[in-house]
Amino acid sequence: MHPAPSVIIFTTFSGLGFGLLAWLGFGIPDVGGTTLFAFFFIAYALAVGGLLSSTLHLANKKNALYAFSQWRTSWLSREGVAAVVTLLLFGLIALARIFLGAEMTFSGAVGSILALITIFTTSMIYTQLKTISRWNQPLTPVLFMLHAIGGGALLAGEAKIAGVLLAALAVVMWLHWQQGDARAANRGTLGDATGLGHLGEVRMFESGHTGGNYVLDEMVYRVGRKHAQKLRMIALGLGAVLPAAILLLTPAGHVTAFIALALHVVGTLVGRWLFFAEAEHVVGLYYGK
Amino acid sequence: MMSKPENIQIDTSPPVSDEVRKTTCYMCACRCGINVHMKDGKVAYIEGNRDHPVNKGVLCGKGSSGIMQHYAPSRLRAPLKRVGPRGSGEFEEISWDEALEMAVGWMGPLRNEDPSKLAFFTGRDQSQSFTSWFAQSYGTPNYAAHGGFCSVNMAAAGIYTMGGAFWEFGQPDWDRTKLFMLFGVAEDHDSNPIKIGLGKLKERGARVIGVNPIRSGYNAIADEWVGITPGTDGLFILALVHELFRAGQVDLNYLSRYTNAGFIVNEEPNTAETGLFLRGNTGKPQVICRATGKLADYDTPGVMPDLAATYRHAGQSHRPVFQLMAERYLSDEYAPEAVADRTGISADKIRSIAAELARVAFEEEIVLDQPWTDWKGEKHDKMIGRPVSFHAMRGISAHSNGFQTCRALHVLQILLGSVEVPGGFRFKPPYPKPVEAHPVPHVGVTPGQPLNGPHLGFVRGPEHLALKEDGSAARIDKAFTWENPMSSHGLMHMVISNAHAGDPYKIDTLFLYMANMAWNSSMNSSEVMRMLTDKDENGDYVIPHIIYSDAYSSEMVAYADLILPDTTYLERHDCISLLDRPICEADGAADAIRWPVVEPDRDVRGFQTVLIQLGVKMGLPGFVNEDGSAKYEDYADYIVNHERRPGVGPLAGWRGEDGNGKGRGEPNPAQLDKYIENGGFWVNHVPENASFYKPWNKHYQEWAVKRGIFDVESPYVFSLYVEPMRKFQLAAEGFGDRQPPDNLRDRIGHTMDPLPIWYEPFEEGNVDTDEYPIHALTQRPMHMYHSWGTQNAWLRQITGKNYLYLPTKIWEEHGFEDGDFATVSSVHGQITVPVAHHAGLNGSTIWTWNAIGKRKGAWALDEDAPEATDGFLLNHLISELQPPKGDGLRWSNSDPITGQAAWFDLRVKIERCETKPAESQPAYPPIKSPVGKGPKTVARKI
Amino acid sequence: MTALPEKTDKKLGLVIDLDTCVGCHGCVTACKGWNTQNYGAPLSDQDAYGADPSGTFLNRVFSYEAEKTGCASQTVHMPRSCLHCEDAPCVTVCPTGASYKREEDGIVLVNEDRCIGCGLCAWSCPYGARELDREAGVMKKCTLCVDRIYNENLPEEDRVPACVRTCPSGARHFGDLGDPDSDVSKLVADRGGFDLMPDLGTKPVNKYLPPRPKDQLDTAPLNIVADEPKGFLGWLDKALDKL
Repeated sequence: MHPAPSVIIFTTFSGLGFGLLAWLGFGIPDVGGTTLFAFFFIAYALAVGGLLSSTLHLANKKNALYAFSQWRTSWLSREGVAAVVTLLLFGLIALARIFLGAEMTFSGAVGSILALITIFTTSMIYTQLKTISRWNQPLTPVLFMLHAIGGGALLAGEAKIAGVLLAALAVVMWLHWQQGDARAANRGTLGDATGLGHLGEVRMFESGHTGGNYVLDEMVYRVGRKHAQKLRMIALGLGAVLPAAILLLTPAGHVTAFIALALHVVGTLVGRWLFFAEAEHVVGLYYGK
Repeated sequence: MMSKPENIQIDTSPPVSDEVRKTTCYMCACRCGINVHMKDGKVAYIEGNRDHPVNKGVLCGKGSSGIMQHYAPSRLRAPLKRVGPRGSGEFEEISWDEALEMAVGWMGPLRNEDPSKLAFFTGRDQSQSFTSWFAQSYGTPNYAAHGGFCSVNMAAAGIYTMGGAFWEFGQPDWDRTKLFMLFGVAEDHDSNPIKIGLGKLKERGARVIGVNPIRSGYNAIADEWVGITPGTDGLFILALVHELFRAGQVDLNYLSRYTNAGFIVNEEPNTAETGLFLRGNTGKPQVICRATGKLADYDTPGVMPDLAATYRHAGQSHRPVFQLMAERYLSDEYAPEAVADRTGISADKIRSIAAELARVAFEEEIVLDQPWTDWKGEKHDKMIGRPVSFHAMRGISAHSNGFQTCRALHVLQILLGSVEVPGGFRFKPPYPKPVEAHPVPHVGVTPGQPLNGPHLGFVRGPEHLALKEDGSAARIDKAFTWENPMSSHGLMHMVISNAHAGDPYKIDTLFLYMANMAWNSSMNSSEVMRMLTDKDENGDYVIPHIIYSDAYSSEMVAYADLILPDTTYLERHDCISLLDRPICEADGAADAIRWPVVEPDRDVRGFQTVLIQLGVKMGLPGFVNEDGSAKYEDYADYIVNHERRPGVGPLAGWRGEDGNGKGRGEPNPAQLDKYIENGGFWVNHVPENASFYKPWNKHYQEWAVKRGIFDVESPYVFSLYVEPMRKFQLAAEGFGDRQPPDNLRDRIGHTMDPLPIWYEPFEEGNVDTDEYPIHALTQRPMHMYHSWGTQNAWLRQITGKNYLYLPTKIWEEHGFEDGDFATVSSVHGQITVPVAHHAGLNGSTIWTWNAIGKRKGAWALDEDAPEATDGFLLNHLISELQPPKGDGLRWSNSDPITGQAAWFDLRVKIERCETKPAESQPAYPPIKSPVGKGPKTVARKI
Repeated sequence: MTALPEKTDKKLGLVIDLDTCVGCHGCVTACKGWNTQNYGAPLSDQDAYGADPSGTFLNRVFSYEAEKTGCASQTVHMPRSCLHCEDAPCVTVCPTGASYKREEDGIVLVNEDRCIGCGLCAWSCPYGARELDREAGVMKKCTLCVDRIYNENLPEEDRVPACVRTCPSGARHFGDLGDPDSDVSKLVADRGGFDLMPDLGTKPVNKYLPPRPKDQLDTAPLNIVADEPKGFLGWLDKALDKL
């Protein structure tokens, strides 16, 4: 799949934002006033920024409002609805907590669950696609959730929790790749895709077009295997292993937390790029890819 | 937020267009009927015309994208005068007055000095009866269209053998045939009719055998693929003939009645009559009557010739043609085992195919309860059909043994009794038409006067060769000379080369129409570009003047001095005439028109109208009235009012004052309106009892005379044995007044065999086949036609670059991988091009799509368009001449009988490129586009 | 609307005969022509005369080769466009309701007034049948020429998709695959029509007819008469007597 920057930024940063909101809803960290304002500001900036970035991916923004209409069937619509509801609710919670000093325990918990749901819906946009077997696995939502709440914990200053979650993330990332590789390997052959397998080994003789098209640009993008391996190590190292190690093995501190966060964000961006770039869409078979 | 959108209402009955205008397609030479949907006076959508005889509503990839040709940015806009050096593409726009004056300024004086200094050649011309008439009136002998580098072998072999060939001449009986055998590339001619036909065969489950080194296109759906080695089709066909003779599986009744199988041939060695038919007092060939054992004119009613007889006459021994054939083809040299290696087809497969042909022809015979009467007056109560049919075009033609190979194929059909019978091959009016009904070539030049007759024709013997008193060629292309005596379509591919060499003579003005000679329409394009730009010792161009007419900014434009911009096919009048290359079907005579469904928005004129204007300016006979005024205002006027013979004109429909004339009648001023009303075409069906056996069918012959196809009934028998060829052999043996040069005697003696033979393509003898072990071919993609596809924004997305396709053996031997380039060399040149793997390919053959590669700057494309960077031509590897033999002579790379360009004889070697070049080689500097560049984005909804 | 109808009254679709398709691209450009002038935004082309031309097409024809050891390689032309799946994932993923399947005939369409051009429907389609138009920013796909097949401004015989009307070899058939007695259903039954990638559970309506077995000719050799005692001429004499 084409690793579109808008979507990479969207999933990375709105994930972090909603991850942070999920912690804030549960009252973690236990802060108030301007500090809390700062946390909420960061969370909103990330979540809203990410969402806005996602709209850059839309070729026809003028109809964007309709995207909230199909929540009963569409994960993308659900994501939109969940994000908006979550953000609206957290708006009230934030106002109440920052300015009224209210506890908002119950609604905070509701908000957190909604934030988690939002992250889940985001992940399901990709997980649901049977056409991309690498994504179509139970670990995909787990991967997204761990990214979000791990990164969120890091943002929330919960170093040890974040360390544990990012360590878990490291494991899930690795497993997701293993599973993904296995699934991609079983994606089928051109013989399966064309239904001509009974005639022998099928190969593409001529594509339907030597010129480009949307399908090729969007869905038949693939990163080289060697390159991908390198990037996997970078994503795993920077996104999970190193920050987890720093958080768990070094004394807590703003500097280490910031380093861990920076590494995590860079690692996540690389990982997300790879998430798309490595994903083999089944339509590639028809192009002999 | 709406969670449940309202029920979506869409308009399922939108208006389709304001108006439909029906005309004729020109996206290739197939000439289908099209419905042009107009919106706001603009062309919006093009689809096939359901009523049209050619395409019956369907339309191919080219036709359906005609709209993009019509709107192509490469359309020329106004007459152009060259201002930079030739080949630069630097022009200035001039007025039509200036352009015509310039042309007449060159051509007019030449006519009075020596008309042969003008060479007028038209490429993909569909108005040859008109353009040739212009050339004839002008008086130059140097006229032809592109048949010489296309498929003249097929056409001429067909005419000489049976009075017609494939495509415009005839078609398989698609509705009844049970076994269809397709030879060579056929996707480029007769596009939709063949596809419709194949569809019918598939629907019925009839068997299709494809004989082609390449399994693409039609061969992909063939039930049986015979991946033959290029250039050996004739050998394969004669092996089938061998098998049929051995098994006695030939239609003796058919051969006796309808062919010259029973004609008695003089077999006495070394006489001036050797190999000629024994003729009676009437001059008619003689047969021996099976019933009486006596000689008789071949067409005597009630006489069945005795094919088994022998005869001695005046002390000389004679045998019927059939026995000569049996003797030749029963020879072991044609045994399946003997040809298997060479053809790449196993002996078992050859036997199996021969058996299948015989089985279907004779065991699955079709009988129609349709009484008919033959030309001798004999009544038949049934029509017997042999449901085996064949088709071939350029694939087997474009070899130096192509004529004989095509002859072999026609003879095979005849032996099976499958020509002009139900289920077999059927002629389309005005064919069948025997050689005798065609003109002979004319080259009688008189300054200031018309030529003494039509340029092209069918020679009957050495007496008709186009030679000057001193024996040199009368035509610039050396057509109808000892080098290629039966070159019925001329040799357009030799014109530039000969004119440049001044051999046989120099010319002054080269006038070309719709022929991209500076690129894909020439063998050895780079050399042709050099010749066109070459200067003499005075610094003048060796070919002093070049006039070119094209609708688009093709590569050739840059090499002309004066450009006469043509219209697109939707902006012009044309007639697809019975005098020319008509659109008939087996069941009817048909012709058609084009008419301007829109007026041009540029300062361009239909080429034929321009010729009329030139003719008027030069006062050419036929173009002006006695007072010097224009006889025809424009081409439309000519189409309606010209009469070639009294009552017979370009269009056959709605003739006469009342408009009821079919084929014959006075000009009708309302004729074009009638055509437009009828969808742009006219059809008149052949009566049922005239549907088959046309050459011998009294009902057909009578109908053909009524329709103006013939002036007198012209029945004839098929020529298994082509006596005119024998006459050339006799000359080569030293008999007769006109004698070939000594260096050609052997070749003529060998190749002009009156019975089909196979010989090695010349390239095999000219190059070291160990060094150049690979055959290289081209074919045109079905969705493109020559260069035109490239300017089409839709089609160039389908095929915007070409690869050299390599068979598995070569692919693996050289360790090729996807994305690789290869250097391919012939004795003439070298190219470096991208390669791809094609498993369905003869193991010693490589190929590519033709004419995808483009010169930078042409066709209004960006200079870095894939066509110009990756795309390539194989033409750079092919020469119009054979390699020098050290005898100081220029031997053309052509069929020695017709002069057809031997494109497909090419032998090459291949090497993998270790480093990938930046672009395909050779690369040429860009030419300046006279029309600018096309727009970035196209989204045209009208 | 993005919910799929539980059942459709008809299942209109195409049956494409891979034994007959010669790969001429007639359907490709006829489709491009009709759909540029009709349903929704025109099908645009980018860098149309440049170095990297691309554009929106709703139907494309690919060529494949299949080879079994010991046999000649076969070539198969395969047109591909929207299969109007019964269980169309492109419909349910759509966030706006733009992508929908019609209850009356099963045609899958995009309502361009709703489409946001997110591309998710194209991602969910295994067949590459949807192309986002770069100029209009909306998703384009085969409409089965919904504006032809019911169009009262067209003669009745022309009320078929443009690709079917134009197909020179008659390799494309249009009809109701929900009606077992329809011509197309019978064709599918007779010729063993198959689905593309059935494992993905999309239940395509369009069917493909497989190529018939190839390269099977095995006619027994002819009986030879020329080897008889009197040879060919002996046979000829006898045969002529029979005429």
